[in-house]
Amino acid sequence: MTFFPQAKVYDVCVVGSGAGGGMAAYALTQAGADVMVLEAGAPWDNSKDSAMLTWPYESPRRGKSTKERPFGEFDACIGGWEIEGEPFTRAPGTEFSWWRARMVGGRTNHWGRISLRFGPYDFKRKSRDGLGDDWPISYEDVAPYYDKIDRLIGIFGSKENLPNEPNGVFLPPPKPRCHELLVKQAADKLRITCIPSRLSILTRPLNGRAACHYCGQCNRGCKVNANFTSTNVLIAPALATGKLTLLTNAMAREVTVDKSGRATGVAYVDKTTGTDQHVRAKVVVVAASALESARLLLNSKSAGFPNGLANASGTVGKYITDTTGTDVGGFIPKMVDRVPHNHDGVGGMHLYMPWWLDNKQLDFPRGYHVEVWGGAHTPSYGFMGGIHRYPPGGGYGKQLKEDYRRYYGATIGFSGRGEMIPNDDSYCEIDPRTVDRWGIPVLRFHWKWSDHEYKQVKHMQETFRALIAEMGGQASSPMPGAERGYGIAAGGTIIHELGGTRMGDDAKTSVLNRWCQAHDCKNLFVTDGGPFVSQADKNPTWTILALSLRTSEYIADQMKKGAL
Amino acid sequence: MQRRDAVQVLAVAPLAAAFRWAPESVREASALARTAVARGAPYEPKHFTAHEWETVRLLVDLIIPKDERSGSATDAGVPEFIDFMVGDDADLETPIRGGLAWLDHECDNRYGKTLVASSDTDRTALLDDIAWPKKAKREHSAGVAFFNSFRDLTASGFFSSRLGVQDLRYIGNTFVSEWKGCPPEALAKLGVTYGE
Repeated sequence: MTFFPQAKVYDVCVVGSGAGGGMAAYALTQAGADVMVLEAGAPWDNSKDSAMLTWPYESPRRGKSTKERPFGEFDACIGGWEIEGEPFTRAPGTEFSWWRARMVGGRTNHWGRISLRFGPYDFKRKSRDGLGDDWPISYEDVAPYYDKIDRLIGIFGSKENLPNEPNGVFLPPPKPRCHELLVKQAADKLRITCIPSRLSILTRPLNGRAACHYCGQCNRGCKVNANFTSTNVLIAPALATGKLTLLTNAMAREVTVDKSGRATGVAYVDKTTGTDQHVRAKVVVVAASALESARLLLNSKSAGFPNGLANASGTVGKYITDTTGTDVGGFIPKMVDRVPHNHDGVGGMHLYMPWWLDNKQLDFPRGYHVEVWGGAHTPSYGFMGGIHRYPPGGGYGKQLKEDYRRYYGATIGFSGRGEMIPNDDSYCEIDPRTVDRWGIPVLRFHWKWSDHEYKQVKHMQETFRALIAEMGGQASSPMPGAERGYGIAAGGTIIHELGGTRMGDDAKTSVLNRWCQAHDCKNLFVTDGGPFVSQADKNPTWTILALSLRTSEYIADQMKKGAL
Repeated sequence: MQRRDAVQVLAVAPLAAAFRWAPESVREASALARTAVARGAPYEPKHFTAHEWETVRLLVDLIIPKDERSGSATDAGVPEFIDFMVGDDADLETPIRGGLAWLDHECDNRYGKTLVASSDTDRTALLDDIAWPKKAKREHSAGVAFFNSFRDLTASGFFSSRLGVQDLRYIGNTFVSEWKGCPPEALAKLGVTYGE
């Protein structure tokens, strides 16, 4: 391999510009470090590139998805399950899909802004039910960073004083939509906790950013930055310090090390020219997304690290998890003949249901939260998803046209998002026979759900059907049986992959220490979802941000002390 | 702008949008298609034969006709939308064209004519057999599957058009300075309150 030694040695090289990398770039430049960020994807600027407020009829595709934009052509996120020239493989029998974003800001351009803190129980699950492992840190260690993130980025919510759903520093939540109140009514009857959602969308101006204007299109990228993306809330101010160099279309190939085993920088492919390049740095922070980071470390082989960098324990790529998920939608007769009004609201639900049950009464461990959807949206491709599933059962002509008007927006649905427990059959490794278009060896996935997950998802299905029945509705699909895994979504499809470089106090069973610093390589850190010891029934982004901030402050402190 | 140019832009649009959403080219193509419809200029389909095109135009208006509130599917540019989608999504072409052929074959068996050439009564009799999946006979299952997806596609095209959005009385996709929740009439209809 030819290196092009650059004169400059950066203080820190960060791989990735999503939540974990963006936060590291922000915090480290604030601390005065010279930072280089390598981003594998393209530039993107919400203020120019967003399709916010575009009408579906402005495109002949009417908002339909494309291969590059699986969540619709107006979606901000460039990426998907399949990326040209970047394959991955699956072991026989494995069902797993790997989402990758390829743009500045990474997946923060895509997600639902559901910003839930992990609670005190979530860090100590093994102590509570004997399964998986405890984290080496506790909620109290992370809480101050959650507070800082809340204040810096902004989040709305309500203080509920629930034991495992910690309060945050909340902006006021938006009032529920009318159909969400119907959901709340049903949830109250069934004794399911239903509270204002907690989304990183500004309901009040914050730190120079405008408040939300309630167009409901966060996923298209907000032109006024009223919601959180790493690009506009972290990378932009980091660039403004003059301390950040952001390199796009730079695909990391390998973390390089010297003979003493210290990281010296990152070798990368400049995708625009196809040439190999190298950036030198005193500290390397890997935040390429959990599985991509595992891949990068596994591919960073050298005489001192024959199994990949920071992999003396052999646990890089192990203990990977995704959130469990299943959805049920239903037709709600009360919602027929809606009163026309604007209920776009924020780009997501205004109410949700945190986990509310005691596992001692259940046949599965851990829990799930429930996301609420439905009501009327801007009509676009896929409008109403099959009128034959509504009471008229089909039809054509004037009656059908009238039926469309009457039944438009008369559905409510629920998505369960639950906690998978890491298991020995779910891991990734380098496929020895397959490389991507730059010759970088790719990941091969192994995936298996256990009965814990299947039983949990069965419970989700039963709960959602009970909620729909309570509202006087009919589920739009029959209950899936055991042969279909009770409707469990395939691994990876909820896009919450975590683990692969987990943290721990024991260097024999973990990759990183409690500061997300590699046990085997002192100046190497991981700040994405990789360090997570376990999932929770919560979306991981807020915890990725908090851990990245915590690690970045630690790096800045150690550098000042000359310890790195 | 000549019609030929409009058609060329439409042909280029999906490629231009392939890597990255390209607002200019897609918007331009869409605007050209709309103008062509507005001017009554004959649109040349790219993915259908002349006979298929005639069938598509007939069928979408049988599904969504003009009524007191709004125009028909052809008024809303649905055939042009379907022509675009068939080119944009490779998985659509065979089921759609095959479904149109199935209809003609069925009409030929029953009436010795194509769907287009059949009488209103005969067309209605055929649609009645395939438009309600639960009531349909098993021997019509291929027609039922086609009609489900063609009806969905027609509804997508119609209700996502400017005309359709107005017809539905959708209000939104706009700036709202202060979110006040839903209006009292909407709450009353569902029997819910903000408890204030």
